[in-house]
Amino acid sequence: MSEGGLLSQLMGGILGGGIRVVDLTMTLQPDVPTIVMPPEFGQSWPFRMEEISRYDHRGPFCYWNNLSCGEHTGTHFDAPIHWVSGKDLPENATDTIPVEKFLAHACVVDCSTQADKDPDFLLTQNAIEDWEANNGKIPPRSWLLMRTDWSLKRDPAAYMNMDADGAHTPGPHEDLIPWLIEERDVIGFGCEAVGTDAGQAGHFNVPYPCHYHMHGNNRFGLPALTNLDALPPQGAVLITPPLKIRQGSGSPARVLALVEGS
Amino acid sequence: MTTPLPPPKKKDPVERTRQPTQPPGNRSREAQGLTAMAAVGRFALQTCAACGQVQYPPRQVCGQCLGDDLPWQDVDPNGVLLAETKLHHANDLFFRDRVPWRLGVVGMDAGPSVVAHLAEDCRQGDRVKLSLNLDRSGHAVMNARPEKPGPNQEDDMQLRELSMDPKDRRVLIVNGKTELGLALARAFQTAGAREIFVGHGEPWKASASLEAIRAMDGVTLFPLDVTDTDSVEELASVLGGKVEILVNNSYHLRPGGAVDRMDMNVSREEMDIHYFGLLRLAGTFGPAMRGRGADSAHGACAWVNVLSAYAQINNPAFGTYSASQAAARSLAQCLRAEMAAGGVRVLNAYTGPLDDEWHQMVPPPKLAPDMVAGRIISALQNGHEDLAIGAVAEEIAERLAENPKEIEREIKL
Repeated sequence: MSEGGLLSQLMGGILGGGIRVVDLTMTLQPDVPTIVMPPEFGQSWPFRMEEISRYDHRGPFCYWNNLSCGEHTGTHFDAPIHWVSGKDLPENATDTIPVEKFLAHACVVDCSTQADKDPDFLLTQNAIEDWEANNGKIPPRSWLLMRTDWSLKRDPAAYMNMDADGAHTPGPHEDLIPWLIEERDVIGFGCEAVGTDAGQAGHFNVPYPCHYHMHGNNRFGLPALTNLDALPPQGAVLITPPLKIRQGSGSPARVLALVEGS
Repeated sequence: MTTPLPPPKKKDPVERTRQPTQPPGNRSREAQGLTAMAAVGRFALQTCAACGQVQYPPRQVCGQCLGDDLPWQDVDPNGVLLAETKLHHANDLFFRDRVPWRLGVVGMDAGPSVVAHLAEDCRQGDRVKLSLNLDRSGHAVMNARPEKPGPNQEDDMQLRELSMDPKDRRVLIVNGKTELGLALARAFQTAGAREIFVGHGEPWKASASLEAIRAMDGVTLFPLDVTDTDSVEELASVLGGKVEILVNNSYHLRPGGAVDRMDMNVSREEMDIHYFGLLRLAGTFGPAMRGRGADSAHGACAWVNVLSAYAQINNPAFGTYSASQAAARSLAQCLRAEMAAGGVRVLNAYTGPLDDEWHQMVPPPKLAPDMVAGRIISALQNGHEDLAIGAVAEEIAERLAENPKEIEREIKL
């Protein structure tokens, strides 16, 4: 790395100010809710931790744990192979996705006021066009992140917001996703709720359109993010590598954002 | 009349907690027959097949005709109290802590005379009814009560030392999100429990039973997920020193066997809830409860496991479920041995199919939760330790004793 090279400039920004590193990740702990499927379907394991030793008779020198959880637990990366529409695409799993795709620009649309009023709030193409009028066009290969402040709900029941007629959490409108792919060439969709689709998206014309279209077009998902309020509408760079799981459909991820300014 | 039970007092912080001791536990192999009868709540004695003589104490050959075929048969438990005495001194540590203690000799209508623990309101010459109960060491003893129950009979201090009566005790019901959880909460309240704690996991999933429990007086809800070691440890740190009866009613039934439904995830969930869940509870609540086994007349006394009758014989329609229940049953036997040192008894309640959504496709008879809860309370009050609830569980117990191979072939119940 030569002095004044691109990477040393980057590190200079990170270490000397000018670039903030923002953690967009939820803490993995046993009470993190996992997505709920009908009880006769297969269920994703919740996050669980069993102590191996803690400087004690089981291992006097070290503290460490065994973990278990589903691939889609906490803040996580959805790979295209996760959905039936993306099952036959090339480079569609956590171990085969080209690694440069784990670094991408982010556009953040603030829907926190609307989501506060209406838990079933859906983000539409019109709303994005209004957002672009103020913040500029979404550049190709960007994440579209939907900020709702939903991750501030620390009570798991309020976060899941489930009723007898299903979950009530905000998400993208079914018309938005194809447009984001065809007209804006986004790399994926991220949000703060437990999944990238709205709570009621199972009832849409195409059920779970964000999963269906994004993964069917080899794009990604990034649900259960936090701290989106710390990002600018445009300009942040996201670091989102999932664990390199063979034929993994996703993985918990430590998602970081690089943001210019102090 | 029996002296009413004094209400529980707050603990004196400078007084040492009375340490658990056990009543004498040595029995001959024959006498363990009494334990087997007491465990399931039967009053049965050896009866000579040749001459019909009822035997007591248990023996190898008939005291009258030397016949050696002495099957256990239910006999008339009534008799007359011939003599009574009060023990004021004992070298045995258990009774030393509890003197004075009343004992008597009962002349049974069935023939033998037996030495029995005496309820407070039995007098010489009275008609009395005997029962076989397991004491704190888990062995059968004879108890005599008046033939007609007197006032406050359940408050009798000697009997309370032997039973696991929920009255004035604090109870933890592990899962409040099932109908059985609700039925248990109501039954323990009716039985006079001092406080009822109810656990509930996965707060994002609503439950009508839990809402009904929430509305009850004297009941406190606590987050508890038996699949999460942290959660169990956390609750034990809050309630470990309070719980006197723990009811593990964790339940996760999914139909399917090993060949017809090979599903590692479902099978692991069943093991995690039924087997590892019990292990987590045992490792966290067990030590505290065992240490409080003799903590006044209201000390820790019982651990109840609600198990499936298929823990004893696999029903292939619920094959992996049955296997996980068998694992839990085996662990419950380990728990019983470990808790015995503290005088805390383990009651295994075996149920047939419950009348719930997971048994929708199973034809009746199916068990109503209220009935299951009621039977558990009565088994606690009477000091039983293996309880078959409902026709299916009773039939399984019977047929297993008769011919395990027959039921293995025919289990499609």
